[in-house]
Amino acid sequence: MCGTCGCGEAGVRVTELGTAAPAHGHGHGHASGHGHPPGDGHVPGAGRVVALEEDILGANDALAAENRRVLTERGVLAVNLMSSPGSGKTTLLVRTLVDVGAELGMSVVEGDQETLLDAERIGATGTRVVQVNTGAGCHLDATMLARAMAALAPSPGSVMVVENVGNLVCPALFDLGEAARVVVMSVTEGADKPLKYPHMFRTADLVLLNKVDLLPYVDFDVATWTAAVERVRPGVEVLSVSATRGDGLDTWYAWLRAGIASRRGGTATSE
Amino acid sequence: MAPSARTSAVHELSITQSVVDAVTRRMGDARVRRVRLEVGRLSGLVPDAVQFCFEVVAAGTTCEGALVEIDEPCGHALCRTCGRAFETGDVLPLCECGSADIAVEGGRELRIREVELA
Repeated sequence: MCGTCGCGEAGVRVTELGTAAPAHGHGHGHASGHGHPPGDGHVPGAGRVVALEEDILGANDALAAENRRVLTERGVLAVNLMSSPGSGKTTLLVRTLVDVGAELGMSVVEGDQETLLDAERIGATGTRVVQVNTGAGCHLDATMLARAMAALAPSPGSVMVVENVGNLVCPALFDLGEAARVVVMSVTEGADKPLKYPHMFRTADLVLLNKVDLLPYVDFDVATWTAAVERVRPGVEVLSVSATRGDGLDTWYAWLRAGIASRRGGTATSE
Repeated sequence: MAPSARTSAVHELSITQSVVDAVTRRMGDARVRRVRLEVGRLSGLVPDAVQFCFEVVAAGTTCEGALVEIDEPCGHALCRTCGRAFETGDVLPLCECGSADIAVEGGRELRIREVELA
C-alpha cells in the first residue's frame, strides 16, 4: 500500500524494461492534487451519525481525471485495451507495433498479475514499454497508470496503449484516464460473452473480434455475437480482425490514426 | 445463481479498501461503529463480497468490527416499446411485453452514505 495516502497498492510493481530495478518516480501526483478531498481535521463527537455522501470510486476517478488532463495536454492518445485472458490482445498489439508502431510513435503499458513476459514480447519490437505487475490485483487503476506514465513519459502526439490485466470483469469499473476503451474478444470464446459480461462491453468505444481466421473450425455465430454486442452497447463500432493472418488490421490502424489525428488537433476522441 | 462472496471478492477487495481509506481520512481517529453504503444493483459489485472484504481490510483500523449496512437501489426501467415503467436489478432487463429495447436509469450508485461513531 502507498505509505502516504493508503491507495491500496499492496504488491504492485512497475518495471521499465531494460532497467533491472523497479521504476522510480512514484508519479503519484500528490504535489499536483492527488484528488483526495482534503480532510476537514474535525473529529465529530462519539455516538453521532455523520453523513459522508462520498463516491466510493471518487479517489480513483479524481486521479483518472488528472491522468486524462496530462495526456490531453501532451496530445497523447491513451487506449485502454481490455479482454479475457487468451483473446490474443498481446499478439494483436505486437503485430500493430511492427506495422505502425514507429509511424504512430507508440508506447505500451503492460498490465499482468505476474511476470515480465508480455513486456519482453513488446520490447522485442523495439517499442518503449513499462510493465505493471499487480500481484493479487485483478485490474489496473488510475494510481498504477500514473506511476507507469511517470516511468514511460509518452512522447507528445503519440499513441500509448495500456494493455489491462486479462479479465472481463474488474477492469471495467476503473477509469484510468484513457481516451478510448477497446474490448477484444476472440471467436474461440462464446458468442454470448457480451451478455454475460455486460459491464465490460457497455463502456467500449470499439470492439474487436479477433482470430476470425479460425471461424471455419469453431462453432461461433458472428450474427448472434454482433446482436449481443449491439444489445449491450447500441451503436458501438465493431471490427473483425485476425492478428495472425492480417484480416481487418488496416481498418484498426485507420481507427488509431483517426484517434491520434484528433488528439493532435486538440480534440478529444471520446471523453 | 449469485456468485459466492469468496469467489467473487476481487474488484470488491480494492473498492472496499477505498471505502475504509475514505472513512478513516474523513473521520480521523474516531472509532467507527457502523458504515452505511449504497451499492446499486447494476453497479457490478456483489454486496456479500463487500461485507466479506470489509472485515479483512478494516482489521487494525478505526473501522475494525464496524457493522456494514448496504442499501441496494434498483434501476428505473422504461420500455420504449410498450411504455411500461418498472424497477429492475438486471443490467439487461426484459419487459413483460417481450421487448429488450429498454432505457435504464440509476441503479449504479457506489456511495458511502454515512457513518456512526462509537
